[in-house]
Amino acid sequence: MQTKSKVYLVVVHTLLIIGSSVMIWPFIWMIITSFKTVTEATAMNPFRFFPSQLRFENYQGVIEQFNFLKLYFNTFSMIAINVLCAIVFSSMAAFAFARLEFPGRDFCFGIVLFQMMIPTQIFIVPQYLMVDKLGARNTIFALVFPGLVSAFGTFLLRQFFKMIPKELEYSARIDGCNIGQMFVRIMLPLVKPGLVALAIFTALFAFKNLMWPLIINPSPDAATLSSALSKIQSAYSVNYPRLMAASVLAVCPMLILYFVFQKQFMESVVTSGLTM
Amino acid sequence: MGEQRTKKRIGKNRISEWLWGWFLIAPTTIGLIILNIIPAIQSFYMSFFKIGDFGVNNEFVGLANYEKMFNDPQVWRAVINTLRYTVLVVPVSIFLSAVIAVILNSNIKGQDIYRSIYFIPVVATPAAVTMVWRWLYNYHYGLINFVIKKIGLQPVKWMDDPNVAMLSIAIIGIWSIVGYNMVLILAGLQEIPKTYYEAASIDGANSIVMFFKIILPMVSPTIFFVMITSIIQCMQVFDVVYMMINVSNPAYDKTVSLVYLFYNNTFKYYDEGYGSAIVMLLLVIISIITVIQVKLQKKWVNYL
Repeated sequence: MQTKSKVYLVVVHTLLIIGSSVMIWPFIWMIITSFKTVTEATAMNPFRFFPSQLRFENYQGVIEQFNFLKLYFNTFSMIAINVLCAIVFSSMAAFAFARLEFPGRDFCFGIVLFQMMIPTQIFIVPQYLMVDKLGARNTIFALVFPGLVSAFGTFLLRQFFKMIPKELEYSARIDGCNIGQMFVRIMLPLVKPGLVALAIFTALFAFKNLMWPLIINPSPDAATLSSALSKIQSAYSVNYPRLMAASVLAVCPMLILYFVFQKQFMESVVTSGLTM
Repeated sequence: MGEQRTKKRIGKNRISEWLWGWFLIAPTTIGLIILNIIPAIQSFYMSFFKIGDFGVNNEFVGLANYEKMFNDPQVWRAVINTLRYTVLVVPVSIFLSAVIAVILNSNIKGQDIYRSIYFIPVVATPAAVTMVWRWLYNYHYGLINFVIKKIGLQPVKWMDDPNVAMLSIAIIGIWSIVGYNMVLILAGLQEIPKTYYEAASIDGANSIVMFFKIILPMVSPTIFFVMITSIIQCMQVFDVVYMMINVSNPAYDKTVSLVYLFYNNTFKYYDEGYGSAIVMLLLVIISIITVIQVKLQKKWVNYL
């Protein structure tokens, strides 16, 4: 392991670079195509790999035809509300499940486990009918409805609360903290990594989700970035430069967040994965 | 006197702990009951009904939906398609991510950059990702066929050929998941104490021996976890198939997944009862796979 020959290094780096290219090429091709005209995109001339000039017409086109400002607003509102609910409700419940004793605790935790073990498609139709009965389709409320509470978040944070040593709890009680104060002032700051992981996980999940926004908010003005893409695809069918411009607009918010918070993104995957 | 008072206080404390406990779990528990427990029961219940418009005028049909399902060739095709997708994506993606993770773990230069790049597809919307791949797969103007033609081979109908379309979808699936699994396996590798390697190399073990005797057994719990989550995720594949193959595509029968079929029956043909029966089938299949895996894990996973 210590002695890595030159040949080994060259081979390994070559493989890694080829792999990396496969990983990012679709994104680069997305961006390149989004600046082309349809004629340029379909010409397939290797010397015309890049657009002859930077054209923003495709972006203008999709933004005019599909209300992207509204799509961003819907998507971010949905993410913000889902993240807030997941953090607040899950940390409360997780703390109680991990550190308090009360009748019915294990039964209620069983409900959490039950939700996690079952494929989410089972809940979709009844949830849909509920939102429909409330007359709340095509609203932000409809988008956030299934994610108002998070079984996964409760389970994840419970693991974090369990790791806090008992001594801290005793000293907090001796200092005269009641349970609420102990939770907010002492315990909550200690599970911050768990909260960050849950926030990222929830945001990513909401951002990528397709089926729920598709069925519950069919109106174009109530769609999310993800669900709007399927409509954009049928609207432009083979106008690939336009489709690519829409894709760039849809992926870039999360990509930017990822480049800024890379470390947190990966840690969130690891913590949410390995605490299971 | 004093003893009595402490007893009283403990009693009071306990009641207050109960109240706090109930208060703190109330939102989550009530939410889960309304959003998940009742819907799960309803879904099961609905699978015995022919559901009228907007969930009213339901007509009890007994096992008719299940009977229809077992005689519906489309359902069995969907089961086979979903399993084929899983069998294509899970082993290949785990193998690739394990190889990349092992290489990156050997303190290679640029480790962080490679890791960041491989992770990018994880943060991209599947809907957008599928659109680019559709463009790359395009028969006439797609980049992949362009390269294939340049080499002198016949262009491939990536999306319309019933024998190829599933492979094309699986490639997108693998591409999307490799980074996620790699980060998890890498974390598992980094848990292995350095002293293990040192001890092994003093004993004269080479890289290959080290891989099979140290690395593999030590990361087997992580790989097991990655495998379970990947399989469950693959069994629920929808986004990519939905964005790539519409109902009129000649490859539809060879690519439609269980969840896609559920979606079409429920929200396209408005047969919620039948859709619910399909979801129950999905639940049963996923449960069977999970039980088999948990049974098998005892054979090859080393928990310390």
